[in-house]
This record gives sequence, C-alpha cells and structure tokens, in this order.
Amino acid sequence: MRLIKKLVSMARRRSPWLFHLNTGGCNGCDIEFSACLAPRYDVEQAGILLVGSPRHADILCVTGPVTRGTRAALETIYAQMPEPKVVVALGNCPATCDVFAGSPAIEGPLDRILPVDVYVPGCPPRPHDLIKGVAQAVAILADQQPRDRRIIEGVNQ
Amino acid sequence: MSFTIPIGPYHPALEEPCKVQVICEGEIVQDVSLSVKYNFRGVEWLAERRNYHQAIALVERVCGICSNVHALTFCNALEGLAGLTVPERAQYIRTIMVELERLTSHALWAGIAAEVMGFQTLFMTCFAMREQLMDLLETISGNRIHYGMNCIGGVTRDLANPEAVRITVRRVRQTVTDQLIPLFTEDKTIHARCSGIGQMTKEQAVAWGAVGPTARASGLTEDIRQTSPYAAYNQLEFKVPVETSGDVFARVVVRLLEMVESCHIVEQALDQIPPGPIHHGPIFVEIPRGEAVARAEAPRGELFYYVSSDGTDIPCRVKIRTPSFVNLPTVRLMMLQANLADVPLINASIDPCYSCTSR
Ligand code: SF4
Repeated sequence: MRLIKKLVSMARRRSPWLFHLNTGGCNGCDIEFSACLAPRYDVEQAGILLVGSPRHADILCVTGPVTRGTRAALETIYAQMPEPKVVVALGNCPATCDVFAGSPAIEGPLDRILPVDVYVPGCPPRPHDLIKGVAQAVAILADQQPRDRRIIEGVNQ
Repeated sequence: MSFTIPIGPYHPALEEPCKVQVICEGEIVQDVSLSVKYNFRGVEWLAERRNYHQAIALVERVCGICSNVHALTFCNALEGLAGLTVPERAQYIRTIMVELERLTSHALWAGIAAEVMGFQTLFMTCFAMREQLMDLLETISGNRIHYGMNCIGGVTRDLANPEAVRITVRRVRQTVTDQLIPLFTEDKTIHARCSGIGQMTKEQAVAWGAVGPTARASGLTEDIRQTSPYAAYNQLEFKVPVETSGDVFARVVVRLLEMVESCHIVEQALDQIPPGPIHHGPIFVEIPRGEAVARAEAPRGELFYYVSSDGTDIPCRVKIRTPSFVNLPTVRLMMLQANLADVPLINASIDPCYSCTSR
C-alpha cells in the first residue's frame, strides 16, 4: 500500500492534470492559458495535461472574477475534484475582481468561495508566469503543505 | 423520437462558459438553443460609475481578443463628443494596432477552427504564427493582451521601432500565403468538413442582421472601415474580401484573405505614417453634455458604442453592441437540419465571443 501511495505521489508530481475553469472573465487569461499549450510554451512536454473532467484533475486553474452565473458550477466542480487538490487563481480577476470589482453581478473574489493556494498576478499574466504558478501548485501537491496563501515570487506586473 | 443533447456550460470543447442545447432527430439537428448568460459582469453598469479614464480600462476588458478596438471605439465616441482632433500620427498608430489585433484574432480563430476539425498540425502552425504577433504587440505596448494604447485624444505610446513591425508582418504574411491559405483551401479533409455546411444566404444574412466576416461570406459587402472610415482608414487602400457561397468554407476563406489585407494595411500605414505628436495635448479632457455614437470594424464585425454625458466626469450611459451579439442568433439558422457532428464547427465558424455578447 505504501508503495502504491508513493508511486501515485510521484506520478502526481511529475504529471499534474489540470482542469481549467473560466468563471466569466474577459477571455484574456484563457487565451494565454491556451497559448501555454501551443508550440512555444508547450507545457505538455513537461507532463502537464489539460483534462476535460474535474474528476480526473489535481489542479484547478480558475480565471475570471466568478460571476453569479458561474458560482454554482464552480462549487460543483471543486467538489467533484478528488483530494488532494490545489487551486490556482490565474490573473487579477479571481484575486481581486480586477476592474469588475463592485459590480452586483460578481460574487468574487475567488477566495471568498474556495481556498486558494497560488495566486498568479497580471492582467493577463504572461505564459511564463502561468507556468510558474502551475509549477508551484505542483510543488504544493507534492509535499502537501498545509494550505496558506502563496504568491509567486519574481513577478513584477 | 427526438433527443435533447445539453452541452455545457463547461465543456472541454468550449473555451468559455456557454450552454448549447441541441434537439436532434437521429443525427439531424431540429432545433438549437443557446444560453450565454454566464459571462455577465455588468460592464455597462460599472462604466456609469467610473470616470472616463477608468472606463477606458474597463471597456478594454469587455473582451480579451478584441480589446483594443473596444477602447478605440469608446475613445472615438468621446472625441466626437468633445470635438477633439486626433493627431495624424496617433490615427496611424491606432490603425496599425487595430490591424495587428485583427491578425491575432483571426490567427486564433484559424487555430481553433483547425482544432475543431481535428487538424492538430494546422492548429500548431496558427498558434506559432500568433506568438510572433503577440511578441510584436508586447514590444509596442508592454502587454500581450489589453494594450492600453488608447486614451482620449490620441495614443499613450509611440511606435518606437517600425522596422520590427514590418519584419513581423512580412513573416506573418508569408506564413498566411504560403502555408495557411493552401492548407485551408486545398486540403481534402477541410473541404469535406466545411463545404456546403452551415449555409446562410445573402437574404438570410440581411434578415438576421449578420455583420463582419460572417456576413461577408454570404455576399454582403458591408465593412465599416470602408463605409464610414475611422482612424486612418480613409487614407489607406484595401480590398474587402467577399465570398458568395455562405457556407463554413466561405467564412474560412474570407478570414484568411482578410489577414492578407490586414498585413497590406499595416505595411501601407508604416510607409505613410507622418512624424508629429501622438496626443492632442492635455490628458484630462472635459467632456461636454451631449451624446455620441461611434462604430468600428472589430475582427468579428461591426462594433457600436453609444455614450451620453451630462458634463460631469462620469458617463451617464454607455451602450455597447458587440458583433457576436448579432452573429450568434444566426447559428440557429445555420444549424437547422445540419448533422450533429457539424455543430461545433458551425458554432466556431462565426467566431463567437461570449464575453463580448454577455458583458
Ligand atoms: S485578469 Fe484581466 S485578462 Fe484575465 S480575465 Fe480578468 S480582465 Fe481578463
């Protein structure tokens, strides 16, 4: 049993599976996220895989300020993910609601709704930062540190 | 016996949240209903509570793909209201930015369309080309998306290195003419997937109010850059590609030819750009009481802004009509009697942007 656990933990560290969720942002972050999958940044070669079902995912990447229309889906999807799970807030939107702060149609920021592990600032963050954020999420996943707020370092946007 | 197939709001094939309900009889689509409420952020409501300078940053974030044209149209409306003349150089820089944005937007669309067709190599080619444009836009403006280039009365940054623009645009044009156009138009798979699918006739396009490349693929020649020129378009020569067959393939061709035209426009603008100031003068401009409208040709079609002011520094009303808002209903028309497998492709063919539609 211990061996299997060890194997699973190693697999998780080497090949994290992501689920990407747009909670009603402007699309900018989502496009940067898909740019990470394209040839230049090609995260798949680092073992990072985007999956279509939250039940298979280790890391939840959230973009957007969480609108009213998406909150229920966000909560369902988070609940569907198996433990251990890590939440990455991509962009300013999930962190602070960005320019949409104050709108009655917004339920965010994200940390009111879910525990957030990694923040990636930027509007939108550059693909390097996105990858760095995911790498940090992988590190958290690997050593299962207790949840607290971590902001990735060295980002100056 | 008909089945209802719900897709979404979150689905691996969808970039943005959107719910599509397809009612089919066997493989044939009988009816479609679309729900796009998920992205609603209340941008217009917020714009009425921000001052004009904040509102520029806000309307830019209506859409991440065509952000620059939103800010440009909003500024155009405000300049009309305040009676400002924008310096020539600023007009040219705006034109160059809008055309570069059109190129990235169409490149993104071509990539997504290729992926929907299951043509991964083409997807990679499009995205690799797009990265070059993103680098260029980052060099000019400092950000890959949301350039923050427009302000009331001009632009915020000068074009420091026109040669860089020229080199990238030449490369992009080469990729489009040597790789994308032959692949998209001659490949048998793409022909089989696109020809004769998602038909919309010219009369239907008029009746449903389609705009932009979607309308031009059905034989309408409407292009705001020509019918009511803004920025520096009245001093530039360009063709408006029009196709008459009205199917998905026509929309592919129109967008590809538009990319070539955009390269042509940028090159011309670089040749003609005059020296001079990039801003009319004071940063803070008083906006008098009144109303103004502005139109622009966004990558997806006609973008419309209405601004009304009561003389304070906060707009009374900002109304945005985005191209996807009018193009999305045509999807229903195109999908009726289509094959279920073609539904994602038809949807992608109008290049829908839900964050524009539901602001
Ligand atoms: S952080 Fe900026 S780019 Fe990202 S979704 Fe929000 S507004 Fe768009």
